[in-house]
Amino acid sequence: MEETDEKAPSVIDRYYTRWYKTDMKGKSCEDHCVLQHSNRICVITLAETHPVLRKGSKIKSINYRISDGCSRLNNKVSGKSKRGGQFLTEFAPLCRITCTDNVEYTIFSCIRGRLLEVNEDIIMSPDLLLEKPSTEGYIAVILPKLEESKRVTNSLLTREQYEEVVSKRTTQQPQPC
Amino acid sequence: MLSLKEKDRPIVRKLLDAGCCARCVLRFCCVGKYASYQNSCQDINKELLAFLSQADSGQSHDASGQDQADNPPCKKMKLESVRAGEEASAEPPALEAQPDAQPATCVTCLGVLQDFCHQSFVTQVCEVVKKGGYQFDSLLLAVSLPAQLSVREHSCWLHIKKELREKSMCVDKEDVVQVKDAFKWAIQALVGRELGASMLFNSAFEVSIGFTHAETDGDCHFLATACSDCFKPAKNKASVFTRMAVVKALEKISDEEFLRQYPCPPARPATKCTPLETTCLHSSVFIAGRYNKFSRELPQTPWVIDGERRMEGSVEELIAAPLLSSFRADAFNFSSSGREDVDVRTLGNGRPFAMELVNPHRVRHTKAEVRQLQETINASSDKIRVRDLQIVTREAMGRMKEGEEEKTKSYSALIWTKKAITKADLDVIGNIKELKIDQKTPLRVLHRRPLAVRQRTIHSMSASYLDTHHFTLLLRTQAGTYIKEFVHGDFGRTKPNLGGLMETEADILELDVESVDVDWPPAVPE
Ligand SMILES: [Zn+2]
Repeated sequence: MEETDEKAPSVIDRYYTRWYKTDMKGKSCEDHCVLQHSNRICVITLAETHPVLRKGSKIKSINYRISDGCSRLNNKVSGKSKRGGQFLTEFAPLCRITCTDNVEYTIFSCIRGRLLEVNEDIIMSPDLLLEKPSTEGYIAVILPKLEESKRVTNSLLTREQYEEVVSKRTTQQPQPC
Repeated sequence: MLSLKEKDRPIVRKLLDAGCCARCVLRFCCVGKYASYQNSCQDINKELLAFLSQADSGQSHDASGQDQADNPPCKKMKLESVRAGEEASAEPPALEAQPDAQPATCVTCLGVLQDFCHQSFVTQVCEVVKKGGYQFDSLLLAVSLPAQLSVREHSCWLHIKKELREKSMCVDKEDVVQVKDAFKWAIQALVGRELGASMLFNSAFEVSIGFTHAETDGDCHFLATACSDCFKPAKNKASVFTRMAVVKALEKISDEEFLRQYPCPPARPATKCTPLETTCLHSSVFIAGRYNKFSRELPQTPWVIDGERRMEGSVEELIAAPLLSSFRADAFNFSSSGREDVDVRTLGNGRPFAMELVNPHRVRHTKAEVRQLQETINASSDKIRVRDLQIVTREAMGRMKEGEEEKTKSYSALIWTKKAITKADLDVIGNIKELKIDQKTPLRVLHRRPLAVRQRTIHSMSASYLDTHHFTLLLRTQAGTYIKEFVHGDFGRTKPNLGGLMETEADILELDVESVDVDWPPAVPE
């Protein structure tokens, strides 16, 4: 069976803008990707350069309980105005991913906004995250405040800036992760 | 003839002395004959005075003798009242001295039943109606009165109730003719003649007349302390003293309490009411039909983001423009059986829609005229087409939304797949029947809709092969199914989805609605 790369822009290309946060909290290569829909909704995913996706080891567990008192799984929103959703700042942890080599990675919100949902499917099937990191393996959905929706991506990189950062990494030194 | 009876005599006298106008006297005597109110104030006044002066001779003003026939036990009462009248006539009647003098403003109706029942005011009202340019052959008069009229009415009622009780007569407050009705009886024939229209209580064309009386606005205020629970501030009301609240408070307050707080009879006013601007309103006309949308760049309703228009035009505006101008309506409200996205076409028989035309000035349209309007809409743009255009009732419009969830819709979609497909792959799709899917609210609408999981049914599908990566998918689904998300999966939030069923990545490149299976509105034969 032949695979094709020739196609019209994908759903993500058509309706979403890709934003990146590289080396999250100074941790080398822990890159995150934010897909912002034209309606301001943001889907948080791992960037393709994140060590979880790059190093080839399996995922042992994904845990949305980020502290004793707080689990993102308890997040509930109701009504059109999404009452009750946890409000997140850019460095709010969303979940922790432990790989089979026992290294743990924390995934962060990247933007300010109300948490609408987390992806419960990846808890049972962590392979989804490895196989389809930018679609079915998403981490969470966040709704920025209406008045902040233009600003929330200010500290993030565009796709071009991200590619530049990644290409500098490969020319400067061997892949550290 | 005023159809007054002997028992009315002391009431007439007492009301005139208290400063009531002639028509208010008739009201409190429960005169129900429209024609009695149509005479001029002066004429009614003269008749009332003549009636009082007859007291000496003891004659009844009512020649019919109906009173006796209807109420035989009242005979004794009648005799008593005659005697009372004789006593009263010993004093010189206050108003008899100068019967032609301009009467003072009435303490009860504050002038509504005096000068405003005159031809000159009627002409003023009719001028406004004529200027409105409405087409109508009947009309309904709506009258709004200052709330304090109810307080004054109550005071006056208590004033004669005392009297009535002494004379052992039995009349209820409900038997008193309301100011509003007396006013309508007095002027409606004049209005009808001037406008060439009949007066119908259920007419679709409403002419509103209103009055205010600033001088006595304070009349109601004591009720707020006496019956505080009747006066709750409402967001959309300028004052808590609405007519409804005042009437409710008057029902609750005891006679003793009322009399302690408010003069009985009411104090004489220095001014008469001020008329409010006369307004006209024709009830809405509803027009329905089906529309096709042939463009992938035309939203159904104006598309506005952050207060800015994203695209020129919309289905509803294209349909509304010729209708608004032909019906000369002020505004419209569009509704339809579901809606399609900007980039989705609606083909086949089209999508049922209905439009409310608010305050139409020209209502009557023949079938030929409606057909002409349909042609005008269709000639105005090649992006849409309308059929079955017809005038419907508000009630019939409900049929469009009825059982919307159970209705089926048929779609045609152009699908791309990542993996190369064979005709055998497509057979698998064709074999799927009554597939239940769980859809989380799609991300593309999640910003304005609640988050929920909804189960929908894909009744059947069939696919026709185009090339190794493309095919056309025909679907029959339950209304409310999000087709785009069923195809691409929406980050796995619709399950199962077409990509998953075909074990590849699938995307939807084009979508058309082929039919909306709602059998309303009825087809209009070409
Ligand atoms: Zn009056």
